[in-house]
Amino acid sequence: MSLQEFRTGDTPLPDVVILTHKLTRDYDMGSETVRALRGVSIQIRKNEYVAVMGPSGSGKSTLMNLVGCLDTPTSGEYWLNSQKVSDLVDDELARIRNKEIGFVFQTFNLLPRADALHNVELPLIYAGLGAKERKARAAQALQRVGLGDRMDHRPNELSGGQRQRVAIARALVNNPSILLADEPTGNLDSTTGLEIMGLFRELHDAGQTVVMVTHEQDIAAQAARVITLRDGLVATDQLQAA
Amino acid sequence: MRLFEAVVLALRTLQAQKLKSGFSFIGVFIGVTSLIVAWSIVNGINAYMTDKFAGTIIGVNTFHLRRRPQITPNISDSTWRAWARRPRITFGDADAVTSAITVPVTTAWQSSDQATVETGAKKVLSVDITGATERYFDIKNLKIANGRAFTAQEARSGVPVIVLGEEVALKLYPDRDPIGKQVRIGGQPYRVIGVVEHQGKLFGFSLDRFAVAPARSPIQDMVNPPGIIDALIVKGATLGDMQEAMAQAEEAMRGRRHLRPRQDNNFVLETSEGVLAFWAGIQKFLMIIGPGLVMVSLVVGGIVIMNIMLMAVAERTREIGLRKSLGARRTDILRQFLAESTAIATAGATFGVAAGVGFSVLVNLASPLPATVSPFSIVLGVVIGGGVGIVAGVYPASRASRLDPITALRQE
Repeated sequence: MSLQEFRTGDTPLPDVVILTHKLTRDYDMGSETVRALRGVSIQIRKNEYVAVMGPSGSGKSTLMNLVGCLDTPTSGEYWLNSQKVSDLVDDELARIRNKEIGFVFQTFNLLPRADALHNVELPLIYAGLGAKERKARAAQALQRVGLGDRMDHRPNELSGGQRQRVAIARALVNNPSILLADEPTGNLDSTTGLEIMGLFRELHDAGQTVVMVTHEQDIAAQAARVITLRDGLVATDQLQAA
Repeated sequence: MRLFEAVVLALRTLQAQKLKSGFSFIGVFIGVTSLIVAWSIVNGINAYMTDKFAGTIIGVNTFHLRRRPQITPNISDSTWRAWARRPRITFGDADAVTSAITVPVTTAWQSSDQATVETGAKKVLSVDITGATERYFDIKNLKIANGRAFTAQEARSGVPVIVLGEEVALKLYPDRDPIGKQVRIGGQPYRVIGVVEHQGKLFGFSLDRFAVAPARSPIQDMVNPPGIIDALIVKGATLGDMQEAMAQAEEAMRGRRHLRPRQDNNFVLETSEGVLAFWAGIQKFLMIIGPGLVMVSLVVGGIVIMNIMLMAVAERTREIGLRKSLGARRTDILRQFLAESTAIATAGATFGVAAGVGFSVLVNLASPLPATVSPFSIVLGVVIGGGVGIVAGVYPASRASRLDPITALRQE
């Protein structure tokens, strides 16, 4: 990596979207303390396409939660878009999740009783947008993932691939800095999985920064850069040929 | 998230979870309905007591001069014995008091007891028989439906004539006109001269089972020792007249009884207020017990709502986690759940008020109680019913808002 080394007290370079510095996260499990992350320092620049790999228990989910502002680190720094988020409080983190991060989950996590349009609208509701603008932007996002004709369908009326597309539209609707995907193809068959990966590539080509957690080698192969975690530390971090 | 969005969201959720919303709704609904109904029934009993009971027993702008009070709640034995030692009210007392009163009033004597009224063929047991003077009918507002009342002349000379209550007349003469016929009371004959119009019931007791004869007629032997009456009834045209008459009557009586200024009256001047004071004690009790029971049911309803909301939170943990990951703040989640319980509580309270008013109207129509809905009970019902629903929603909502998004998302 050609990025300069980060020291405590520095601020990240402007084009660095994600910067973690000696990030640790301990879980108190009653009698013993589990050290899920033991000091992870990574930098991800704008429009990178990064896959985070590692065996289970390596700390990749913990890292995802920290990067996604769902959790706060035990120690270390986390900068998102040159803003130090590691010491923000609950409501500020909620705002960051709303504006800066688009989550795509393995299990889609759509509201079962709401149609596709309303599901995509959700982040905009919490952003405080008016109904008219919300509907327009949600429709736009659904068109972008190829579901312009499925807006009034509920999740149970959609295929697995379509559901994940709705989830991706929801992740994108607020124009987030990063698209954060956790095993996005884990619940899909391989053909559909490839379609979704194609969509990720398109989004990346259009300038979207994508960070994806996976344990599948061929899915990770789609990314331009692969970070491997082991025992709460970065084991390898390498670019790969497209 | 705006408040409006929270309400829209809440309504959407309630629509989706009809059964659970329904139970919570019923909880508030029953509470509010029963509060309003209980209140209006107590109100009705109150109006009934004030207008009918007190009016029937004593009457408006009327006082009774008696040896001791008619209605005697919680009287100690010693007081009772003291009353029993008091001298009785005599014909002479009644005449003296009547002539001492200078304001325009109507007066009548009254002595009552129960006895059997019979003809040769039929008899009616336990009839309230009264020895009275001629103005008794005016004061008691007893209108003659058939025949006439006895005259002052008849009253003075003690002619054995009698006026019957409707029930007595009908039982003795089911298919004949009773006027001019003879009835016997205690072996003495009386000529029927009138029948009083239908009076109805009080607490289920017939007000038509009575007979009135002149006080100086042989009826006196049935109701009191010679020369003694139960009460002198004095009715003023206005409250002021009555009060003045009362003062004059008291003075006259104290004079006749030779009471010194420090001695207490050894007679009573009883007004309907005295009867109502007795009722006020009962009413206070009813006002606490009735709505108190309803409060308990509202609290139980509240606990049910809280449980249902807690179940909803547990069931929707994943949804809450998702919403948080999409940027919902703690207040957004709190607001969402509060809006749900508020919507249920508001709907329950609204329908509860409607049902409560409807039920009260029904009670009013179907029973003798003039049940009236008090606006205060509606306000109270809405405030308490709605409040219980909202308060019951606060705890589950705050639990929901505190959920950790990661744990919540992992929940299956």
